[in-house]
Amino acid sequence: MINEIGDYCLMLAFCFSLGQAASVGIGRGLGRWAEGMSLAAAVSVLISFAVLIHAFSVSDFSVANVYQHSHTDKPLLYKISGAWGSHEGSMLLWCSILLSYGALITLLGRGLPEGLRLKALGVQGLLGAAFVGFTLFSSNPLDRLDPAPVQGLSLNPALQDPALAFHPPMLYLGYVGFSVVFSFAVAALIEGRLDRAWARWVRPWVLAAWSFLTLGITLGAFWAYYELGWGGWWAWDPVENASFMPWLAATALLHSAIVMEKRDALKAWTVFLGLLAFTFSMMGAFLVRSGLLTSVHAFALDPARGILLAIILFITAGSGFALFAVRAPVLAPGGLFAPVSREASLVLNNLLLSAALCSVFLGTLYPILMQALFDKTMSVGAPYYMAVFAPIMTAALLILPVSTLLSWKRADLKGALQRLAVAFGVAVLAAVIGTVFYHGPFLSEMIFGLGLLVGFWLIAGTIRALLARIDFKASRLRAAPLAFYGMVLAHAGLGVFVLGAVVEGHERISVQQPMAAGDTVHLGRYDMRFKGVSSKPGKNYDAQVGHFDITDASGRLVCAAQPQRRFYPASNDMQSKVALCFQPLTDLYVVMAQPSVTAQGKAGYQVRFFVNPWVRLIFFGPLLMALGGVLSLSDQRLRLGVAARRARA
Amino acid sequence: MKYLILLLLLLPSIACADPAQDEARAQKLFSEVRCVQCQSESIQDSDAAIAADMRREVRADIAKGMSDAQIRTSLYDHYGDYVLFRPRLTKSNLILWALPPLIALIGAGLLFARRKTPENSITSSLSAEERKKLQELLKKHD
Repeated sequence: MINEIGDYCLMLAFCFSLGQAASVGIGRGLGRWAEGMSLAAAVSVLISFAVLIHAFSVSDFSVANVYQHSHTDKPLLYKISGAWGSHEGSMLLWCSILLSYGALITLLGRGLPEGLRLKALGVQGLLGAAFVGFTLFSSNPLDRLDPAPVQGLSLNPALQDPALAFHPPMLYLGYVGFSVVFSFAVAALIEGRLDRAWARWVRPWVLAAWSFLTLGITLGAFWAYYELGWGGWWAWDPVENASFMPWLAATALLHSAIVMEKRDALKAWTVFLGLLAFTFSMMGAFLVRSGLLTSVHAFALDPARGILLAIILFITAGSGFALFAVRAPVLAPGGLFAPVSREASLVLNNLLLSAALCSVFLGTLYPILMQALFDKTMSVGAPYYMAVFAPIMTAALLILPVSTLLSWKRADLKGALQRLAVAFGVAVLAAVIGTVFYHGPFLSEMIFGLGLLVGFWLIAGTIRALLARIDFKASRLRAAPLAFYGMVLAHAGLGVFVLGAVVEGHERISVQQPMAAGDTVHLGRYDMRFKGVSSKPGKNYDAQVGHFDITDASGRLVCAAQPQRRFYPASNDMQSKVALCFQPLTDLYVVMAQPSVTAQGKAGYQVRFFVNPWVRLIFFGPLLMALGGVLSLSDQRLRLGVAARRARA
Repeated sequence: MKYLILLLLLLPSIACADPAQDEARAQKLFSEVRCVQCQSESIQDSDAAIAADMRREVRADIAKGMSDAQIRTSLYDHYGDYVLFRPRLTKSNLILWALPPLIALIGAGLLFARRKTPENSITSSLSAEERKKLQELLKKHD
């Protein structure tokens, strides 16, 4: 019964979304109905999603999706996260977030001009109808089975992990957040108004979605790092790239929207990026589900649904960009500005981000296109991105601190550079000292040094910008707006990330060999002794726990690592669980893989032991960036709140 | 100049003498070679038996004194384009390699060429009253 309510509510959500779009389309006083419809649609779809979660948490196997992706033995958290662990469930999550954002336009958008708000609601309604329709008619997660099986087929054990439980919701809050920007962009193009106020209204949405996306990608990277057991965190895998492309577009958008707000310029470009960010989000959703990709992350492959999603993508993005092509030249004649100014430097930042985005786009789609058009198989991987993406981003990051010290309109480049001289000196010094401790081929030593320079330069330059802002007086710390601290955190976080990525990328060492109890392996300044294996039953698996003692050069015990091999009888699946010992910045990372015979002929396990220096910074940096986004956002909301209150009074 | 080129050509073979350098080269090459039976994993990351075989192959080639480029070519001859994570620079891959830097360069060139164009900000699409409202709204937050 309860499942039918969910099904019914999903249908209701579809009708409300259609109604929302139609009432705006018809207009003539009906427009205001869209507001109510957006609320009703959000409530309906959330009920429907709650019903799915309920079905998962009580293991109701009469629902086909629960049968395929759950099991009674699973811990409750993973039963619930199973609700979005499949294609159908994740589509419902997507729809829930999409319609909730629609409701938020109604709830938070009171201060907006009515025309713009209603048109945005109309577009949001169309998007909602398309995606809810797709979910309802081709991927309904609430479809029933008769008779109901007694036991489920379980969820992929690799997905039974806290980081991955929260990864999709975060990622989707980001992806789908750009739908609001898309709707506002289309609404502004129809309305025929592109002005500074538009940029101000759109920026909080971009900030929120960008912060969520940053968190979502970081969680995904962290999951790949400690669950997949390969010691890395980013493989330039197509699915990872699919989430990275909207992030790059949104980062460019964040910065161009600032220029539009402050200087009334870059209008067409900002709107274009607004359309692009959501297009890339939809493309990501399509690529992951299309079956076009081979990836460690791809799931629920079904070409027929892929084609449907491609059609939705083609129609929405196509009409958005067509509208842009027709209207933008009329609405936003290009305003230009002095070659040395904050806005000019932000244009340069946008240009470089676009070039970087282009390299990720080509790297992701080129193999697919070559396969489809010429039937040629090829691979594009990390070395390509290091050769093309990394230099472009390096240029962008080297400019960044200078940009933050330039003033609007007409700036004094020489003065800015002079003020940054000390920060640059500090960065160079730190990079040189760091490089002394690294030994490798000459070229990689140079790249290592340059990478360190970029990281330290970002941090030191950002601190310098903060000092400039407060005029070296601690008493002025409180006077600087939150948004400024948001910028400081985001840029410093980027520097932290770069340092982590560079050091980990160059200094990661690993050893892989079969080990039997009693064996010792040496790596870097550590010795690792394999003591033996014990058994430990888990809730829905049986684990073999390996006991490893890791000692440093002085013989001190640094870590007693306990990697596991888990057997999940429900899915007849073996899963290695990584042991992480973390020193303040460095991870000791032990994986116990398949049973294997050692060189001495003793029975043991294939063991991989990594020392990953500074790897924590890779995950900590983006956290700072997202926190920066949130700080900036709370500042904006405060401002919006003030404006709204005054308007009412 | 001739001697310089000769020196550069000899450098890799000089470097070969050092086992630590050999290992560094091997690791770098491993990260560039795709395990042919795994899903988008390099032979450095993969546990599969075939990946171990391919690692052995690359190590043997290094021991023979082959250069990185020669090893890449031999891998390509053996397994085709699919095995190289660094696509070869060929006519059909030209867009892949050249477009991103071209965008950056041409874009920068365009920006530079138009740097003198005076600012041309359009607010005339707003009525006088609306413009006043907009100014007020913006003033509160600047």
